[in-house]
Amino acid sequence: MNSHNANQPIVKFTNVALGYGDFTVLRDIDLEVRPGQVVTMMGGSGSGKTTLLRAATGQITAQKGRIEVFGSDIAHVSGERLRELRQRMGVLFQQGALFTDLNVFENVAFPLREHTRVSENQITERVLDKLEAVGLRAAAHLNISEISGGMARRVALARAVVLEPELLLYDEPFAGLDPISLGITAQLIRNLTDRLRCASILITHDVAESFAIADQVYMVGQGRLIASGTPQALSASQDAYVRQFLDGQPDGPIAFNYPITPAFTKWLEQHTGRS
Amino acid sequence: MRSPVLSIAALGKRVRQRITGLGAFMRLAGGILARSGIALRRPGLVSQQVHFIGNYSLLIIAVSGLFVGFVLGLQGYYTLNRYGSEEALGLLVALSLTRELGPVVTALLFAGRAGTSLTAEIGLMKAGEQLAAMEVMAVDPIRRVLVPRFWGGVIAMPVLAAVFSMVGVIGGWIVGVLLIGIDPGAFWSQMQNGVDVFDDILNGVIKSVVFGIAVTLVALHAGWTAKATPEGVSRATTRTVVSGSLLVLGLDFVLTALMFSS
Repeated sequence: MNSHNANQPIVKFTNVALGYGDFTVLRDIDLEVRPGQVVTMMGGSGSGKTTLLRAATGQITAQKGRIEVFGSDIAHVSGERLRELRQRMGVLFQQGALFTDLNVFENVAFPLREHTRVSENQITERVLDKLEAVGLRAAAHLNISEISGGMARRVALARAVVLEPELLLYDEPFAGLDPISLGITAQLIRNLTDRLRCASILITHDVAESFAIADQVYMVGQGRLIASGTPQALSASQDAYVRQFLDGQPDGPIAFNYPITPAFTKWLEQHTGRS
Repeated sequence: MRSPVLSIAALGKRVRQRITGLGAFMRLAGGILARSGIALRRPGLVSQQVHFIGNYSLLIIAVSGLFVGFVLGLQGYYTLNRYGSEEALGLLVALSLTRELGPVVTALLFAGRAGTSLTAEIGLMKAGEQLAAMEVMAVDPIRRVLVPRFWGGVIAMPVLAAVFSMVGVIGGWIVGVLLIGIDPGAFWSQMQNGVDVFDDILNGVIKSVVFGIAVTLVALHAGWTAKATPEGVSRATTRTVVSGSLLVLGLDFVLTALMFSS
């Protein structure tokens, strides 16, 4: 496996625009994530945070600009190279995305079985170790249908880190967790990043927990990067966008209401005309 | 009223969609075959699927085989009795089952039972982002999910057809010998003399393998292309039954014409 130069950023976005089809979700994005850093992407629902994660994993390509992961331009790598890059990443999906035909143990063992040739004893040891870290060692035998949403998220976390990757991407790791699991999970993310010297990208709107563990915070909204800086710098910021988001105020530059589009106006005319 | 030009355009669009769909189906089939090496490298994945798929369908296929055997025994007896050749009942039951009913009815039941399960499973995996997760983990979902299920279906189908035919023969024996009272020696010896290993049994096995390939591919393709919503998955399962059954009946005609024409 290629080892990445410790000084280079693991993920680098340069003047990136992202979207689906003709629709652009985010534009003018510049960001860097270096080894050993926990970087948080914050923003309201539908602001394009998950789109950023999809771009970093190569699930979507940038409409404009350049996305480098481990030094490679992810839009111009071969399928084989993309698979190599992805083997060095761990991703925690928003809904967990656990394999429902496998039990808890087999879900966490899945990346080991697919990408390594370690013995069954080592697999058992490593999987139980990771499950222990998320407090679910004794749930190893359970089926996915038997565990709660919060537990599923913790299993997904164990699966994301089992290969001890160089880049970890967490999509809403704190959603649906009780306060105890939430604190432990946040600390786990920080400790893993420090121990493995990996880069962690956290997508969340949980201000308190993510500010406690992040080195750098990027805030997105209104289709662009609104602010970036250390948690301390952002906490002290007087920028209207930042303050509205951090203080959870209903009024401010970030609109709560979904913007009116021509398609909505047309639908409303047809709908009211019918009744 | 719609103008004729628009109707022609709509027809053209539908034809183009069908051709595109067929192309996508063939591409997926090719993709599955090209990645089939995993079935040899990790046979455990395939045997697991044979077990699942076989389990799904075994009971329904055994029970159906028994009833089809009963009916064949009764109908065969009524017809053969007219010509005084009711001893040939064993032969009639065995030939009907091995040549036609075994492979065809098993494939139809297989499409309804295991095929829909496969479609729903793949569709729900897609809806739950499991296939996307696999791709991001650098694991090819066609290789890891579809290939073992495909070979599982292809192997399970002839086994299930054999079970169907076997239970059907027992059904025919129960009605013919036990209930009606045909001579058991004549029942079995006529069957033994009249059924050819290559012409009848092998052709039946070939049919069931072809149906297994067709139904499993249809089921996997329907799940793979399902819209990732509850409605999308339900439509896909319906498509599996309708397309799978029609394909089986169509292929049966072609195969029968090829195998038994000379």
